Amino acid sequence: MAEQESVISVRGLRTAFGAQVIHDNLDLDVRKGEILGVVGGSGTGKSVLMRAIIGLQEPEAGEVSVFGTPMRGREEDEAFEVRRRWGVMFQGGALFSTLTVAENVQVPLREFYPQIDNQLLDEIARFKIHLSGLPPEAAYKYPSELSGGMKKRAGLARALAMDPELLFLDEPTAGLDPIGASMFDELTRNLQETLGLTVFLITHDLDTLYAICDRVAVIADKKVIAVGKIDELLATDHPWIHDYFTGPRGRAARLGHERQNG
Amino acid sequence: MAQPADFTEEQLPDGGTALRFSGALAIARLGDLDERLRAVSANVTQVDISQIDHIDTIGAWLVHRTARDHGAEITGADSDAQRLIAAIEGADDVATAPAKGSPALFVLHELGAAVISTARTFVEFIAFIGQCVKGALNLILHPGRLRFHAIVQHFDTVGVRALGIIGLMSFLIGIVIAQQGAVQLRQFGAEVWTVNLIGRLTMRELGVLMTAIMVAGRSGSAFAAQIGTMKITEEVDAMRTIGVVPVEALVLPRIIATVIMMPLLGLYASLVAIIGGGLFCWLTLDIPPATFVQRIREVTPLTDFYVGMVKAPVFGAIIALAGCFQGMRVHGNSEEVGRKTTAAVVQAIFLVIVLDAFFAVFFTEIGWD
Repeated sequence: MAEQESVISVRGLRTAFGAQVIHDNLDLDVRKGEILGVVGGSGTGKSVLMRAIIGLQEPEAGEVSVFGTPMRGREEDEAFEVRRRWGVMFQGGALFSTLTVAENVQVPLREFYPQIDNQLLDEIARFKIHLSGLPPEAAYKYPSELSGGMKKRAGLARALAMDPELLFLDEPTAGLDPIGASMFDELTRNLQETLGLTVFLITHDLDTLYAICDRVAVIADKKVIAVGKIDELLATDHPWIHDYFTGPRGRAARLGHERQNG
Repeated sequence: MAQPADFTEEQLPDGGTALRFSGALAIARLGDLDERLRAVSANVTQVDISQIDHIDTIGAWLVHRTARDHGAEITGADSDAQRLIAAIEGADDVATAPAKGSPALFVLHELGAAVISTARTFVEFIAFIGQCVKGALNLILHPGRLRFHAIVQHFDTVGVRALGIIGLMSFLIGIVIAQQGAVQLRQFGAEVWTVNLIGRLTMRELGVLMTAIMVAGRSGSAFAAQIGTMKITEEVDAMRTIGVVPVEALVLPRIIATVIMMPLLGLYASLVAIIGGGLFCWLTLDIPPATFVQRIREVTPLTDFYVGMVKAPVFGAIIALAGCFQGMRVHGNSEEVGRKTTAAVVQAIFLVIVLDAFFAVFFTEIGWD
C-alpha cells in the first residue's frame, strides 16, 4: 500500500495528571479510510489519548492535528470545521439523559444546521437510528429506559448524525454479549465501508481486532510501541504484545478468525 | 467547491417525469431542497442521480424518500450511492410517536397523575419513617452498630459549617425586628417594649424557624443530592448486596446529627438575634446593654426557651427525613437528582411551617404563653 494521507497525526505527545505521566513522546498516525484499533493494558492511557486528540485533555507537550488542523490549545468554541467532521462515541454512550434518543441524534444537526426543518430532522434521526441497529420504537425512549448495549448504539447513532469522516469509538463492545459484540463489529465495518469512515477504535476485544481492524496500535511504556497488522505485531519481540496476542484469549480469537475465513 | 444540490424535472416520452439531481447531495449543501422535493407534484417515475458530485446519508435519504413516495425507480447510482441507499432503506417502518390526546383530557390526566403521585408520596413517606424507626430500634438493641464517625462528620457539615451563615442571618433579623418594632411601638410611646418583642419572638419562634429554613436549604438539599447520586451510581445497591443496611448507614446518621444540631443552632440563632436587637436598642433607643439584658431576663419566660428547644429537634428530624427520603426516591437520570433535591427542600420547609402552626396552638393551650 502506498503512503496514505493521515487523518490524525500525533507527534511527541506528552500528557500527565500532576506528577503522573501518562504519555511521553507518543507518535501516532491514523490513515484515511482505515479502522485503527488501539490496544494497551488497563491504565496505559488509551482513553486519555483519545481525549487528547479530540481536545478534552490538554497535553503538556507535542502536536496533535486532525484533518491537517492543529488542535492544541483550541477552545471549545473554536475549530468547528473539524468538530463537525468527526463523531465520538463514549464508553457509556454519554447520551443526554433529558432527551429522547431521537432528540439526542438531532442535537448536533440542530447545532450546525439550524435551518433544517423538524420533519426532515425526524426522518434523519429515524434512519440514523436504523443505521446504528436500534429498533424504530427506541427513538422515543429516554436513555434511562435503554439497556447498556442499546445506549451504545444510540451513542453511535448520535456520533453518526453529522455523517462524520472520522469516528472515535471508545470500547464499543465492552459489556456487550458476544452476539451483540459481533453485530457491533459488523456494523462498524459496514458503516466504514458504506460511508468511507476513518475509525479510531479503542478496544480490549481481541475478536474485534481480528475481525475489523486494518491496523492495530499498541500503547505501552507511555508510547505507541508498535503499529501494524496483527501479523506484523507478532513479528516484533515486545513481551507485552506477545502475551497479549498469544495468551489463551488471543489464541482463541485467532483460531476463530481463521476458522471463519476458511 | 462543490455545487449546491439541485434537481430538474424532465418529461419522459412514456408520460412520466424524471427528476435529475445534480450538485453535492450532502447536508451542508442542501439549501431548500427538502421543501422543493416535497412540493413536487408530477408523476415521477424515474430519479436520476448520475449527475451528482457527492452524496451522503442525508442525500441518500432524500433520494430514497422521493423514489419511495412516488413509486419511482432510482437510476444512475454509482456503487457508493447504491450502498448508502441500501443501508437506509430499512428505516421506512415508522414507529409512531406516542399519541397526544386533547388538551382538556391532558389537563385532567396531569391532575389525576399529580393527585395519585402525591398520595403515593405520602404513603411512601410514612413507610420511610417506619423504616427509620425500625432502624433506630435496631440501633438501640445493638448500639455497637451506631456509625459514630458518620454522625460526627455530619455534626461538622450540618452544624459547625452553618454557624457563619446562620449567625449573620440571625443578627440581621434581630436588627430588623428591633427596628420595625421600635417604629410601630413609638406611636404608643412604648418603645421600651421593643425588648419584649425581641426576646420573646426570637426565643419562641424566629430563631428556630429561620434556622430550620436555613438547615433545610443547606443540609436537607445536600442529603437528597448525596443519597440520590449514590442511588444513580448504584452505590446504595452495592451496600445492600454487601449486607449494609442503607437506612442504618446513610439515613440514621444524618437524622441523628440533624436532630442534635438543630436545638444548638436554634439557640445560637436566638442569642445572636438578641445581640443584634440589643445593639440596635443601644445605638438608636439609648437602652444600654446592661439594662437590655436585665429587661430581657425579666420579660422572656423560661417557657419560651422550652418551646424553642422542643420544636428544634422535631424540625431537625423532619428536615433530615425529607432530605433522605427524597434522596432514596431518586432513580433513573441525573435530572431526577435535581428534581428530588428541590422536592426535599420544599417538603421540609412546608412540613416545618405546618408543624410550627400546630406547636403554636399546642403550647398556648397548655398555658406556655
